[in-house]
Amino acid sequence: MSHLKRLPRLVVLCTVLVLLAACGHAPPPWQLNDVRGHLPDLQFNLTSDNGKPASAADFRGKYVLMYFGYTNCPDVCPLTLGHLHLVMQRLGADAGKVQILFVSVDPARDTPQVLHQYVSAFDPRIVGLTGTSAQIAAMAKNYRAAFNRDAAQPDGGYQVSHSSGIYIFDMQGRARLLGTSADSVDAIAHDLKLLMHSDSDD
Amino acid sequence: MKRIFSSFVACAALVLYATNTQALTLPPPLVHESIERGWVRWLPANLPAAGYATIRNDGDKAVKLTGVDSTDYGMTMLHRSMQKDGKDTMEMMGEIGIPAHGQVKLAPGGYHLMLMNPKHSIKPGDSVHLSLHFNNGETLYAIWLVRPANATGPND
Repeated sequence: MSHLKRLPRLVVLCTVLVLLAACGHAPPPWQLNDVRGHLPDLQFNLTSDNGKPASAADFRGKYVLMYFGYTNCPDVCPLTLGHLHLVMQRLGADAGKVQILFVSVDPARDTPQVLHQYVSAFDPRIVGLTGTSAQIAAMAKNYRAAFNRDAAQPDGGYQVSHSSGIYIFDMQGRARLLGTSADSVDAIAHDLKLLMHSDSDD
Repeated sequence: MKRIFSSFVACAALVLYATNTQALTLPPPLVHESIERGWVRWLPANLPAAGYATIRNDGDKAVKLTGVDSTDYGMTMLHRSMQKDGKDTMEMMGEIGIPAHGQVKLAPGGYHLMLMNPKHSIKPGDSVHLSLHFNNGETLYAIWLVRPANATGPND
């Protein structure tokens, strides 16, 4: 009977320990790289896949996932956009707080029309961004996202090597996490949920 | 005349019998290579698509996939995607080796067939013909399923 009397005290002790652990300032267990303070806030003036100007201000209030690529990319860009589509599915109702941006590093071929067809084929919620070569170069430089046009193919076509980074910004446009096209749907969804929760605790 | 006719009948019967027997026994494999889970990721606006499959080699000798051609695409290439210095990049492959009694996977983010200049309108749900050429002189003619842009495999 005495051990039953002790039970409430044990419960209180456990609760205190759990609360202490929760209040601790251990960094959240990110699966992607924490880049807070190491990359500039989301900032750009480009053209959206609907042909209209788009700027970073249009996406304040949303978590932004940004990936550089191009539409003549048949393998890695589709793999990555397909993953981001699955991340949105995984988030359920929270997907409404997230905006995926696909920034073209091949503005010469990626007109808003082509870009629109391409991104919509993966997820209608993805926004494609293109611009002048100078705008794209400045944007990529800002986020240290190198890209270069590779040697021409026999038919005159060409590929573009580009940064594999997936940039995650918070609702205030601050750069928070950096993943790559090789990261899993699980890892990206995990970190987005964690980011949403850690922000709501602030 | 009657005898000629009856020997003609006998002959025809023999031919029919031979054909039937052949149909009943399994024919020897024409080539040592085969594919599993062959699919193509469709992209809109006639953009280049990618083909994926597991290619098996049941032969006693290693072979090399040396090329691909198609009645549905004007230009086809062997490619490999990789991450290099923080960048996603692709390189054209002259050949892809497959060990004896082994397999190689053409899968998103790695080896794939680059399929360009579709010769007619191709959409998800269609089938396309892709022939794989190997350095042992064999050609594997196969039908690949066309899947939507955001598919993750042949039947997700």
